[in-house]
Formats: sequence, C-alpha cells, structure tokens
Amino acid sequence: MAEFTLPANSKVGVGQTYAAPAGAKNIRKFKVYRWTPEDGKNPSVDTYEVDMDTCGPMVLDALIKIKNEMDSSLTFRRSCREGVCGSCAMNIDGTNTLACTKFIDEVKGDIKIYPLPHMPVVRDLVPDLNVPYAQLTSIEPWLKSTTQPPTRERLQSPEERAKLDGLWECILCFCCSTSCPSYWWNGDRYLGPAILLQAYRWIADSRDEAKGERLDNLEDPFRLYRCHTIMNCTKTCPKSLNPAKAIAEIKKLMVERTI
Amino acid sequence: MSVANRPVHRPLSPHLQVYRPQLTSTLSILHRATGIALSLGVLYLTVWVVCAAGSYETYARFQAFNSSIVGRLVLGGWLFCMFYHLFNGIRHLFWDMGYGFEIKDAYRSGWIVVAVSLVATAISWIVGLRLI
Repeated sequence: MAEFTLPANSKVGVGQTYAAPAGAKNIRKFKVYRWTPEDGKNPSVDTYEVDMDTCGPMVLDALIKIKNEMDSSLTFRRSCREGVCGSCAMNIDGTNTLACTKFIDEVKGDIKIYPLPHMPVVRDLVPDLNVPYAQLTSIEPWLKSTTQPPTRERLQSPEERAKLDGLWECILCFCCSTSCPSYWWNGDRYLGPAILLQAYRWIADSRDEAKGERLDNLEDPFRLYRCHTIMNCTKTCPKSLNPAKAIAEIKKLMVERTI
Repeated sequence: MSVANRPVHRPLSPHLQVYRPQLTSTLSILHRATGIALSLGVLYLTVWVVCAAGSYETYARFQAFNSSIVGRLVLGGWLFCMFYHLFNGIRHLFWDMGYGFEIKDAYRSGWIVVAVSLVATAISWIVGLRLI
C-alpha cells in the first residue's frame, strides 16, 4: 500500500559536517545519506566539503575522495567506474543515476546523494536489492527451448537480432525500478520496469520458445499491470533505454494473443 | 548479544521526500487526481439537480454559490479536470497502441495536453457565459 511518509525509524536527521582542508579555494558541499546498523540511531545526512581542485569530474570521484581522505566509514557500491556494471546506482540531485557517469558540474548547488529510493538500507548508500533479484529469478532470464538443439549456434536474422537492441544493454542497476512510484507502493508484487524489460528481452528473442509461458507468468494484475505508464523509468535510465516502451510491448502482446 | 547477531530493523530509503518532481510523474498523478475530482463533481452535479427540483429558494441559494468566487473556482476547476482527464486519456490510448514512448515525445505530448486543456477550459468558460 502507498505510504507517503517514512516510517519512524527511517526519518532522516542532520549529521556531521566534515570541513574542507585549510587553503582549499574551490569547495563544493556533498550532502550524503548515512545509516549504520551498529548504533541503533536513525539515518542522517552528513555534509562533506570537498576541494574540487583536487577532485575528479564525476560524482563517484568525489565519493571515492571522501572515503579516501575524509571519512573511511562512508559505504557505497562501485566497480567499473564507466557505466557498465551498474553498482554505483544512487539518487543524486533528486533523480536516480550512476555516480560514475554523472558529472558534478551538472548539479547546481549542494550535491545531495541518497540511496536508491524506497528500498531497505543495508548501510549508507547501499540498498538491499534482494527483492528485485528474486523478481529477476521469477521471470527465468535464460533461453528456453523444447525443440532439438541444432548442431551449431541457434541462428538469427539481422532483423530478428535488431529486436533485442535497447534491451540487452540493461545493466540491472535498478535506477528505473526505484524511480517508479508504482514500484514504491507495490514493489512486493509489481515486478517493476527493470525486471519487465528483462522479461521482454526474452519474449522478443526469436530463439526463445517459451513466449506463451512467459506471457502467462506475467498475466497478473500486479506483476505487469501495476505499470500505469508514468514513465519515470525511461526518464531516469542512465543507459537511455526505454523500459516503459518494453512494458507497453508486453501489454500489446497480451491483447494480441486474445484476439 | 553480539553486534552481528542483533536483529536489524533496516530503514526505508527516502522516496517522495527526495525524488525531484518529474513532468512524467506529475502529469500521471494529475490524471488520477482529476479522475477523483470528476467523481466528486458528479456529486456536485447531483446536488445541483436536487436543488433545481426543490424550491425556488434552494435553487437560488445554490446559484448564488455558483456565482461566488469559490463557486466559480470549483466549476472552473471541474471543467479543467474534465478536459485534462479527457485529453490525457487520449494520450494514454496512444501509449496503449505503442506510440509516443520516446522521452522527447512524452514531454511534447504532455505539454500539449496541458496547453490544450487550459485553452479548452477558457473557451468553454467564455462560450458558456455568453450562452447564459
């Protein structure tokens, strides 16, 4: 159910301020969500004054600099630092994106950084993604076939292969799912844009032979039809993919197979 | 109990509190809000008809409210709700057919719906006043 306010244990307080080193001239403030399971306190927002003259251009550069030089307890996920792994997905300046591909210069004023919205927090900027991963498992994201396997590769025409463009590039960062108000209110039963785009990636694959079964699995008031075409997903996708369009294609297939 | 074994009550990360309002989600929630307003407007219309079926005085009183500033805001607002819900509904029909999903197109169609709704509200209001 939709609960518009945060539970009592999730209300965010004001945290500490970490001042920039003396002599720093080009300072920007990073306001970062903090929570640790260890002290039993509510989350808070710490302020870090970062010297931009010695900092890289990306938000991830600043987070790494903070962790290295100001506060080693700051916790976040990161890996590839070039937008292909999806680890550093977080809410920056009010929208979800990858810290590694977001320029600090794009943000006006203080840079506010929160974990992906409406998720249980493991620590600081690390959300618990167990539910979306379980939902990914539920759509069985692998090639399924019942016919005799060919002796070589399963062939596809260039046209058939082109149908997967805009789908295979998804890195499962969950920026889209956690930008979706429908997923916020019904994330336990609604699969969300990231998972539905994955589902469509297999439905659209000419080599897959489980299309009907896959559609059966999605034909549900919650799993698929909690999508109300809000389109926050497509707006926020850091890879410029279009989950809303993929979901619409699934809905169209649902209609087409009944007429 | 050691720290590792203590049950953890994880906080929920902020959502509405921090997410910057998007044109996409704002127009979506406006669609729902105008839908609710239209349902309430039917009640208003019912009261209107009941008043008309009543005495001259009750109808005069209702009409007096309609002509007041608050009454005009209610009626004008309802008119906008009807047009917005109608035109955004048509936008939804295009989406249901698979068109208009590029962000550029969704923004364009969104602003068009808002503009056309405002213009239609204004025209209906002016024409309506002329007819009385």
